[in-house]
Amino acid sequence: MKTLIELLRYPFIVNALVTGSAVAVAAAASGYFMVCRRATFAGHALPNIGFAGAAGAVLLGIEPVYGLFAITILAAIAIGMLARDLRDRDVTVGVIMTFALGLGFLFLALYSGYAQRVYGILFGSILGISVRAARVTAAAAAASIAVLAILYRPLLFSTFDPELAQARGVPVPLLSVLFLVILAIIASLAVQVMGALLLFTLLVGPAATATRIVKSPLGAIALSIALGLLYVWLGIMIAAANGTVPVSFCIASLSFVVYLPVRLLVRPGGERRYGSERPARQPV
Amino acid sequence: MSTPALMPDPELRPVISAERVRVDLGGRTILTDVGFDIEDGELVAILGPNGAGKSTLLKVVLGLVKPVSGRVSVLGQPAGRANARIGYVPQFRAIEAETTLRARDVVRFGLDGNRWGPGWPSRAREMRIDAVLDEVDGRELAKAAMGELSGGERQRLLIAQALLSDPRLLLLDEPLASLDLGREQEIISLIRKICRSRDVAVLFVTHDVNPLLSDIDRVLYLANGRSAIGPPDQVITRDCLSDLYGTPVEVVKTGGRVFVIGARI
Repeated sequence: MKTLIELLRYPFIVNALVTGSAVAVAAAASGYFMVCRRATFAGHALPNIGFAGAAGAVLLGIEPVYGLFAITILAAIAIGMLARDLRDRDVTVGVIMTFALGLGFLFLALYSGYAQRVYGILFGSILGISVRAARVTAAAAAASIAVLAILYRPLLFSTFDPELAQARGVPVPLLSVLFLVILAIIASLAVQVMGALLLFTLLVGPAATATRIVKSPLGAIALSIALGLLYVWLGIMIAAANGTVPVSFCIASLSFVVYLPVRLLVRPGGERRYGSERPARQPV
Repeated sequence: MSTPALMPDPELRPVISAERVRVDLGGRTILTDVGFDIEDGELVAILGPNGAGKSTLLKVVLGLVKPVSGRVSVLGQPAGRANARIGYVPQFRAIEAETTLRARDVVRFGLDGNRWGPGWPSRAREMRIDAVLDEVDGRELAKAAMGELSGGERQRLLIAQALLSDPRLLLLDEPLASLDLGREQEIISLIRKICRSRDVAVLFVTHDVNPLLSDIDRVLYLANGRSAIGPPDQVITRDCLSDLYGTPVEVVKTGGRVFVIGARI
C-alpha cells in the first residue's frame, strides 16, 4: 500500500493507470461479446493488422495512432463484409492479417530511423504515455462503452441467435460490422498500453474467465471489467516496483494465472445442472 | 359502428394468404407454385419429403426469402412487415446446445432483444416473462443454462420466447426433431394448448404426421414444388398425393397410422 501511494507521486504512473484503466474497461466489455461471438481470432488479428498501420505511419512521419485507427477500422469493415459466414470467417481474417503483417514488415524494412518507436508498438509503452494521450484514450474508451451500451440488446440477441434476431428485424450484418469497428477502435487504443502482440490478453483473458464463472450477460461483463482493471493495476504496480519486468508481461501473466485454474476447475455455464432429464443427445 | 366497405378489417383476413408462390434458391427452384390460406387460430402441420421447401416456406412467410413471383400476405400486409406479431422458432440452432446463457436470458430476447439501449431492469417485463414461462410450465427450467437442458425442455422455452411478442401467428420449424416419443407428445399437447387458449394460428414443420394426426386441423403438404392443403384425411390420400407428386403414390393406413409409399422423393 505504501508503495502504491509513493508510486502515485510520479505523473507517468498516474497517466499509465488512467490509460490502462480506460483500455481495460473497454477491452473487457467488448471482449465479452468477442468471446461469445466466437470472434476471438478477429480480435487477435486486428491489433496485428494495426501494427502495419502504425509502422506505415512511422515511415510517413505521422503519429502511429492515426495509422492504427485507419487500418484497423478498414480491416474491421473488410472482415465484417467479407466474412458473413462463421465457417469461413477465420480464413478471411487470416488472409487479411498475414497480408497486413507482410506490409508492416515492408514498412519496417523501408524505415531507417530509430526502431524504438516500432518496438513500442509491438510490445506497448504504457509507462511513456503523455497526459494528452491519456485523456484522448480515456475519452475514446468512454465513447466505445457508450456505443456498446446503445447496441447492447440487439448485439446480444444477434450474438446468441442471429437467425431469430434477423427475423425480428435486427440488422444482424450491420451489427456485425459495427462490433468489429468498435473492436478495432479499442484495439488501436490498447496498442499503446499492451502493444500489438500482447493486447489480446486484455480482450480475451478477463472475458474468457468471466464467462466461465457467471452466466448472466451483465454479470459476466461486470466481472470481466473488474478482472481487467485488476490485471492492469497490479501489472503496472508490479512492473513499476520491480523496475525490470515490462508491464505488458505482468498483465499477460496475471491474466493467464487466473484463467488457468478457472478453466480447469469450473465447468462452462456454471455451478449446477438443473432438472431431472439428461442433456439432449442427437439420436444416431 | 360498421366498418366502411372500402377498408376491410384486417382482423378478418386470413392470417396468411399465399398465391402462386415461386421461390428459387441458389439457382434451383425450390417452390414452383404454392398457394394456401391460413385462418385465425388453426393448427396446421407442414409435411413433405426432405428438400421440399418446408423451412423455406416459413422464411417466405417471414419475408426473409423473397419469392421470384407470386403474392404472400401475412396479417393483411406484405410478408416481412408484420413480423412483430409473428412468433418464430427456427430449427435446431447453436444457441440451444452450446450456450452457457441462462435460459431466462434467452427467453428475454423474445421480449426486447430487438430494442436499442441497455434495457433497464423492469418489474413489468419480468412479470411478462414469468407469465409465458408459466404457460409452458418452464419457470424452474429457465433458471438453468440453456446448454444444460434437454431437447424437449429447450423447445418449451423457445416456444415461450416466441410467445413474448404476443403473436397472432406461430411458426415452428421442426419442433419435434430429435425428441423421443414421450417428449414429442408433450410438445404436441403444449402447441395444441397454446393454439386453442390464445386462438393463435400455428404453422409447424414436421417430418412425421403420425404422432399428431388427431391433434391438427389441417395439413399443408409440399412436394414437387407444389402444395396441397386440407384436413389430413383429404390430403393424405392416394389421389391427392399422386396428383401433387406427379407420379403414382400409395397411401397405406394401418393401425391408426398412415404411410406414404412409392413417392420418388
